Amino acid sequence: MAQKKLNWQEFFIPRLIKASGYSAILFVALIFFFLLREGLPALTEVKLGDLFAVRWYPIESHFGILPLITGSLIVTLGAMLIAIPFGIGTAVFMSEIAPRWLREILKPLVELLGGLPSVVLGFLGILVLSPYLRVFLDLPTGLTALAGALLLGGIAVPTIVSIAEDALDAVPYSYREGAWAMGATRWQTIWRVTLPAARSGVLTAIMLGVGRTIGETMAVMMVTGNAPVLAIALTSLFHPVRTMTATIAAEMGEVANGSVHYHVLFFIGLVLFLISLVVNVTASSVVFKSKKRAERVLS
Amino acid sequence: MKRASFSNRDLVQRLGFSLLTLVALVTVVPILVVIAYVVKEGAPAISWEFLTAMPRDGMRAGGILPAIVGTFYLTLGTAVFSVPLGIAAAIYLSEYARDNWLTRLIRIAIINLAGIPSVVYGLFGLGLFVLFLEFGTSILAASLTLSIMTLPVIISASEEALRAVPQAFRTVSISLGGTRWQTIRKIVLPQALPGILTGVILGLERAAGETAPILFTGAAFFLPRLPGTPLDATMALPYHLFVISTQVPEMPFQIQYGTALVLIAFVLGMNIIATVIRSRARAKRQW
Repeated sequence: MAQKKLNWQEFFIPRLIKASGYSAILFVALIFFFLLREGLPALTEVKLGDLFAVRWYPIESHFGILPLITGSLIVTLGAMLIAIPFGIGTAVFMSEIAPRWLREILKPLVELLGGLPSVVLGFLGILVLSPYLRVFLDLPTGLTALAGALLLGGIAVPTIVSIAEDALDAVPYSYREGAWAMGATRWQTIWRVTLPAARSGVLTAIMLGVGRTIGETMAVMMVTGNAPVLAIALTSLFHPVRTMTATIAAEMGEVANGSVHYHVLFFIGLVLFLISLVVNVTASSVVFKSKKRAERVLS
Repeated sequence: MKRASFSNRDLVQRLGFSLLTLVALVTVVPILVVIAYVVKEGAPAISWEFLTAMPRDGMRAGGILPAIVGTFYLTLGTAVFSVPLGIAAAIYLSEYARDNWLTRLIRIAIINLAGIPSVVYGLFGLGLFVLFLEFGTSILAASLTLSIMTLPVIISASEEALRAVPQAFRTVSISLGGTRWQTIRKIVLPQALPGILTGVILGLERAAGETAPILFTGAAFFLPRLPGTPLDATMALPYHLFVISTQVPEMPFQIQYGTALVLIAFVLGMNIIATVIRSRARAKRQW
């Protein structure tokens, strides 16, 4: 009897496990399929020229998504201007400069930031950050692309720090010793040896940070003022904008299923999906390649 | 001359290190300030009534019980689907999968799942679970949506924990006549359990704090009573905070900060539990 039960387990469980392993592929395919199914009709219902136009005003059937794309881009650009120097700087500090005990304190703190729900940051953005920006920069409203960029910079930092720090850690200690032995200071070693050796990992960190930023929804919806205007100049940072993600989140709840507006929102989702696909496949291929190189060097 | 250039280098190094220290401080200190600020502003709102009563006066008074209960249900629902599936997938990748193109495809799929914007998960959940499978806006649809979003976190962390178990453990078990599944169940899984648990909690923490995926799949603006079945919509802490900070005029600040505090406590509580499990397991580990 026990033997029989064992056989049963040995037969089914590995198959179940295998199916679970494949499930990730299934889910990505399903997500893609449903975005296509609900989003592609937008291309037949709205002329391509009208879709990539500069006016987003769904009530009067203006479905130009360019302002939303530029809104996402300017907020992401601003966020990266903050998150890249601070993220990489913090990673270098933690990995190369800080004593061990300090590192053990900093690491969980950065993870803590990664765990804070974005809706809480958005909430503080409304109540604290944007009034401050309004007074400090003398703007008509503090709910601007800049407020979004500041919050998103904070949201991207943990992603960048943890991946960049891993990459720096992975640089063999002997590289540093070699540089020191030749008389380089620790500072010179960091810039001319360690960081260049970790560059593919650092690049991955930045790319995944960008991906995280473009996809962020709640914080950005709450603080950017939600005005779908074209943002092509750097001064747009000081005006309200509206991102792709915020548009979906703000409007999907109010549209009729199957309407043109509904399909266009899914189409925007499809664009976001494709952006994240490109970012992640590129980032992961960088990782695979550098892994292969590392294996070659080490073997 | 040589001397001067040496001290120059030292000066550059000293300045550089100071700059990087400052950068790290500017990155980390605001995190503490944010949490301390929410605690300070929110603490006066916390009372027994706030935690256990229904909202009153258009949510401007009373408690936030339905939002707390809702977030609890959603987290539980997410765990029901994502934990078994995620651990099984991790076992496949760590114990069964060979290094071929199909395995690489699985890994790319997992990386992509981790990168898909949360609001796109919301759209997908609306398309598949709410409309196509006709679950309606419900705890079930929202939990399933959150599960798929959580999956990559659980898979990656669990796989790492499984791979950390020394190969010798498996070899010994097999050589004693254990089958592959017996080896996994009796030897590998127990050893990897703390690491898996940490990953599971961190994944669920993310699900508990998310708003965008539940916006159109299960979140309700206001409900006069607690949800009774998985097919009911539900209030949830993150969505409630969004609602009372943007959609309800003349909302008392205290209730807003109180809600933010409860949400942070819920999420960071999970984070701390995960950290404790991880460090305890590291201290106890003998290999």
